[in-house]
Amino acid sequence: MRDVIFDALKGHRADYVEVRIEESRSARITYRGGRLEEVGRTSVVGGNVRALVKGGWGFVSFNNLDGLKEKVELAVRQAWLVGKETSKLCFTGPIVDVVVPDVKKNPAQVPLAFKQQLLEEYNDIVMATPKIRSCQISYQDSERKLVFANSEGSYIEQIKLDISLRLSAVAASDGEVQQAGLSLGSPGDFTVVEGLQEKVKETALRAVRLLSAPYAKGGEYTVVLDPILAGVFVHEAFGHLSEADHVYENQRLQEIMVLGRRFGSKELNIVDGAAIPGLRGSYKYDDEGVPATKTYLMREGVLESRLHSRETAAKMGERLTGNARAVSYFYPPIVRMTNTYIEPKDVSFEDMISDIKEGIYARDWYGGTTSLEMFTFSAGEAYMIRNGKVAELLRPVVLSGNVFTTLMNIDAIGNDLEMEQGGGCGKGDQWPLPVSNGSPHIRIRRCLVGGKQ
Amino acid sequence: MSSGRETIIEEILEKAREVTEQAEVFQAISVATPVHFHANRLKQAETRESTVTALRIVKEGKAGFAQASGFVRPLDLVEMALEACYFEVPKGFTFPARVVCTEVDVFDPGVDEVSVEDMAELGQRLIDAVREHTPELLCDALVAKRVTSVRIVNSNGGEASYKKSYFRVGVDGMLVRGEDMLFVGDSQSSCCRLVDFMSVADEVKKQLELAKRNATIRAGLMPVVFTAYGVASCFLPSLMAAFNGKLVYDGASPLKDKMGQQVFDARFNLWDNATLPFQVRSYPFDDEGVPGQRTSLVEKGVVSNFLYDLHTAALSGSRSTGNGSRQGGLPAPHPSSVIIGEGEGNFWDMVRDMKEGLVVELVMGAEQGNVLNGDFSGNVLLGYKVESGEIVGRVKNTMISGNVYQILSQLEGIGRERRWVEGMLLTPCLYCRSLPVATKES
Repeated sequence: MRDVIFDALKGHRADYVEVRIEESRSARITYRGGRLEEVGRTSVVGGNVRALVKGGWGFVSFNNLDGLKEKVELAVRQAWLVGKETSKLCFTGPIVDVVVPDVKKNPAQVPLAFKQQLLEEYNDIVMATPKIRSCQISYQDSERKLVFANSEGSYIEQIKLDISLRLSAVAASDGEVQQAGLSLGSPGDFTVVEGLQEKVKETALRAVRLLSAPYAKGGEYTVVLDPILAGVFVHEAFGHLSEADHVYENQRLQEIMVLGRRFGSKELNIVDGAAIPGLRGSYKYDDEGVPATKTYLMREGVLESRLHSRETAAKMGERLTGNARAVSYFYPPIVRMTNTYIEPKDVSFEDMISDIKEGIYARDWYGGTTSLEMFTFSAGEAYMIRNGKVAELLRPVVLSGNVFTTLMNIDAIGNDLEMEQGGGCGKGDQWPLPVSNGSPHIRIRRCLVGGKQ
Repeated sequence: MSSGRETIIEEILEKAREVTEQAEVFQAISVATPVHFHANRLKQAETRESTVTALRIVKEGKAGFAQASGFVRPLDLVEMALEACYFEVPKGFTFPARVVCTEVDVFDPGVDEVSVEDMAELGQRLIDAVREHTPELLCDALVAKRVTSVRIVNSNGGEASYKKSYFRVGVDGMLVRGEDMLFVGDSQSSCCRLVDFMSVADEVKKQLELAKRNATIRAGLMPVVFTAYGVASCFLPSLMAAFNGKLVYDGASPLKDKMGQQVFDARFNLWDNATLPFQVRSYPFDDEGVPGQRTSLVEKGVVSNFLYDLHTAALSGSRSTGNGSRQGGLPAPHPSSVIIGEGEGNFWDMVRDMKEGLVVELVMGAEQGNVLNGDFSGNVLLGYKVESGEIVGRVKNTMISGNVYQILSQLEGIGRERRWVEGMLLTPCLYCRSLPVATKES
């Protein structure tokens, strides 16, 4: 393969060319409405070529690995059509490496029948709960063999594993439908989806409890977020804004996102990094062959750096971070997050809520999205906080705000960092990308909550 | 289609037949060419080729599924499907035998002939047209074309194949003033080559014009008009879940027991139509070889049908509505073009009718609420404040919440004019009397 690729890269007329080849196998199991709905096996063989000419990119993706040389030529031809300026890429130096993951229990070695029986057990636990109408489980694992090579002499082989499990319990009575979810993931350890019987039971009971919960009254509240939801918050509210591809050609946004600007209190540190091991967003090299790093996006409340591809780092004159990722060979790499979290501090949960007269404690997640300036994220579970105590359960709430004011309004950071590994990040049409988010409990003053009047 | 391809499909079917009772092979081959603009400039031209081959089998009353992107040995695919052969097949489930269906126009040979240069020029002209209105706007644009060939064969003699083309032109603009960000955008898509982008440019210019100023809004109950985009972001996720035959069968749809009942406003009509000529969601056959059709979902406010694929139809004792769609796995019910019937209202009359109200264009996060229950809640990313019958500016820091079923059971008005959103929803604007609006106190 190596010779074929380097042969195809010979004699190109571009400033830069790279080739990625992917071979993957995955399994998925789906339960729906309490029944096994799908067991499926998937195999993928594919690749792509990306070429840069005078600042313009050409990209060709394919399933047929024959004729790689012609594919390089097509990508170069397209890049010539596009490029009208000068190419800028941060140099990484040629890297030659073979990366094999450190695996505790490889999902590819676990028989499909065993996985199915495990999920069947979870399904039965949910369905046996009174007032539960339906249960949805989607499990997926994959093993991807990736080869990366470029015209600068890099040649990297990596094996990446990924497991994700999402379970949702749907409760219904009197025409009301409520749901509660559980999501988990791992970069290759099947044991994380084992032994979840208690958690599954708790999820089903939570869906049932929501049936009788009241809606929140919409408005501004002091809100305490649990580590999972705070992780979604930091991903949506700040992570996406730190992706340099939004910023590098946007002068106005650069003025707002100028390094050194204060965005939060001295207590606030926000980190992203694929070099942090053992998480779903962890890897050794990104899809441009750049080594992973750990990057302080914000240190002591001040913007310190942002996430880069080779092009955005060169154009902004900033340090490479190794954040160019693609969901598969079908797409070109773009700037993405990896493992994003707020560093823990020393406030206990009890202290955090003790002086809140009326607030909301929001836990767990449905999802989140951002427009850069504004973000929304939705909690899977919410409680009123009254007179310093967690009080009645509410229907799930959606929280929204402006990034800049909301970060400033974080006034307490807990001591209990947890990483959430069940999410998949979407950007453009590339979804779902394995990432992890995390945080300790945090408190936000004056956060907007949607709800009834 | 080349004979080589057909041989592979036939070979897989042949091999699968030897060891199973029923088998079905699906193959889709596509070549897409997206041309991207970033920050007002041409940035990237792509060619994406893809071949997906999927095998579904039934053996001893259980079904199995395997799929391959790219090369796969026929026998390997059969073995993968056998390994995944676990789940029960409902009684009466069979792959369709050969059927004759009416033709649906979804292929324009002109699409394939469009060059990357032509697409680049089209995108640049669109960006220029929009920036003529607001020069400081930063635009990302996408002009894309795609040709897909689909072929399905099964062990009951069923066979279907067709070619489909796709063309899209769209632009997203971002305007930053201080820390205030405004996002505008529109797109148009068709199975035909598009040469005129003026409707896209005009829509974006309209949004820019209405959002020129910011306006403050108070929290409270007020009338709201949802534009076509507003309907797509707030109403569509819940409606699509509720009419999905699978969720109905599971009991997760709130419309489960409502067939034949008046659930919506008597002026509200909703249907799914896979047969509209040159619409991007149209098809002569669905992904299981069942002919596409028009399926009425709500007639004069009464629930009239749900959307089914073969499997769900067999479970429910119903018929497939030709909505079996593969989103990377087994077929499942999925809408084709979703259409809301027109009413008699007029958008500007609705605006004039409001003393104090809101026009909702885009809501962020609305699909993250309890979609099954019809609840939505989200940030109004683009929306306009109405004072004494006039749009006075764009609102910020504003959230709306509501319940799709409550709103659609007593609509104040339904627009006469309709608009396509992302080639999947054709809808008029909808006017609702009173919704809770939450806002950040300044």
